[in-house]
Amino acid sequence: MNHLLSLRGVRKTYPAPRDSGLGRRSAPAERRVVLDGIDLDVDRHRCVVLVGASGSGKSTLLRVVNLLDEVDDGEILLDGEDVADPRLDANAVRARMGMVFQAYNLFPHMRVLDNVALAPRLVHRRPAAEAEDAAVEMLRRVGLAHKVTAYPDQLSGGEQQRAAIARALVNGPELLLLDEVTSALDPELVGEVLDLLAELRAEGRTMLVATHEMGFARRVADEVCFLHDGRVHERGTPQQVLDTPERDRTREFLRRLTS
Amino acid sequence: MTTPDGVWSPSPLAQERAAFRRAQRRRSALVALVSTVVVVTTVVLVVTGAPGWERARTAFFDPAYAWESLPAILDGLWLNLRVWVVAGVVGTVLGLGLAVARTSRVPALFPLRAFAVVYVDLFRGVPLLLVLLLVGFGLPALRLPWLPSSGAFLGALAIVLTYTAYIAEVFRAGIESVHPSQVAAARSLGLTRTQTTRRVVLPQALRNVTAPLANNLVALQKDSGLISVLGAVDAIRAAQIATTGSYNFTPYVVAGALFFLVSFPLSRAVDAYQARRGWGRSIATVSGAGDIR
Repeated sequence: MNHLLSLRGVRKTYPAPRDSGLGRRSAPAERRVVLDGIDLDVDRHRCVVLVGASGSGKSTLLRVVNLLDEVDDGEILLDGEDVADPRLDANAVRARMGMVFQAYNLFPHMRVLDNVALAPRLVHRRPAAEAEDAAVEMLRRVGLAHKVTAYPDQLSGGEQQRAAIARALVNGPELLLLDEVTSALDPELVGEVLDLLAELRAEGRTMLVATHEMGFARRVADEVCFLHDGRVHERGTPQQVLDTPERDRTREFLRRLTS
Repeated sequence: MTTPDGVWSPSPLAQERAAFRRAQRRRSALVALVSTVVVVTTVVLVVTGAPGWERARTAFFDPAYAWESLPAILDGLWLNLRVWVVAGVVGTVLGLGLAVARTSRVPALFPLRAFAVVYVDLFRGVPLLLVLLLVGFGLPALRLPWLPSSGAFLGALAIVLTYTAYIAEVFRAGIESVHPSQVAAARSLGLTRTQTTRRVVLPQALRNVTAPLANNLVALQKDSGLISVLGAVDAIRAAQIATTGSYNFTPYVVAGALFFLVSFPLSRAVDAYQARRGWGRSIATVSGAGDIR
């Protein structure tokens, strides 16, 4: 059987910051390599957790999988189909995934309900009433049934992030992409979001997660990948990578986290 | 300090501070009053003590002549208001269209995008008066049979040309003020570029630019008076006609007062809106800027 998601030799560079506003356009050699040949598989109903220092490429990896950024090289196989191919309809591919962002990125001018109902209505062309029913059901699922008519700025950080998760879930995505979803939250609000994610994991959702929460990684991960300098530096079960790492870089990263 | 029944009452410390603040406020109010009286008195004395004051007063502030010229000027003002509304609506619609075209990436719209860039640069950089003269005297020279040749039409056209450029820049700033993460969130849901622009970017952009847009519309109301250079009988032109021969300039003051009466409520409405949104502060507080000690 296919992996649901496979990355093969994925490479992504960004223009290096220029020294002055007058610099010429950066030649390939001057570009900053963020992903340097990533190979990664995510099987159905599995949860792969990406860990690594800031700037190690975790967020970029999620963004290129969601086709929010284009890769320079390599394949992104979604159910065996290379979705990095520019001939494919990227909107249709994105509609099969749900992405949750570090800063929630809710639409501030829409009620929570309309945030969640937007994609069912516009992308999946469901009638307004049906889309709203689905949105209300999903908001109830994340414990926000009483907040459907509130605007995002009337919610706590944890509630906003749960609303964002509902928005990502409402289309029944095959793959959930979670980018540092608790990093912007006050410590006492982290738990409610992580509990929800653990429930989704228990339901058998396929997830690719970037996180700084090692406890959470231990709790939900089937596989942990340690990213360093744009490569998968070490991978294995949470116990292997987080408790008995084999590589020096991994050990150093974990030591810094705990010290 | 809390009384035995659990109700808070100010402690002596708080009472003493409150008394001090009251004294401070009284002192500020007194200083403001004295300073205002001094400034106003000085201005009045300088103006009324000027050697030509008596002549100026009869030439600019003649109540009887003001009343006599009022109907013609009001008639002219009605034209200004019509030009203002039409130019405001057309300029806003075209400006929004240009801004959206300029920020879009649809290949078929490339010519429109290039046009938008050149257009905005050009009309932002040329004085409105010059545009009025070129349109007002240049277009009729083409002798196009279908083109209305009235000064009011050509003047409104020139104002629309210039204000479309201003308003397009306002909208463009608004569109660019919407954070890219909003676009990322919308696209990650599978929304197309067009859907993202219409449902996510534009609604937020419009909110962000309400105040600058309203400022432009207030400015447009005043600039509608410039069509008088093309001979359209608006409030300014009507006032000019009334002064001719009489050497009494009171009609200009009347026209100025009327323009002010129209634009003042608008400016205040914009200020009130901005204050409600939490930007800026009301201008006329005694203590000046802010409440920070």
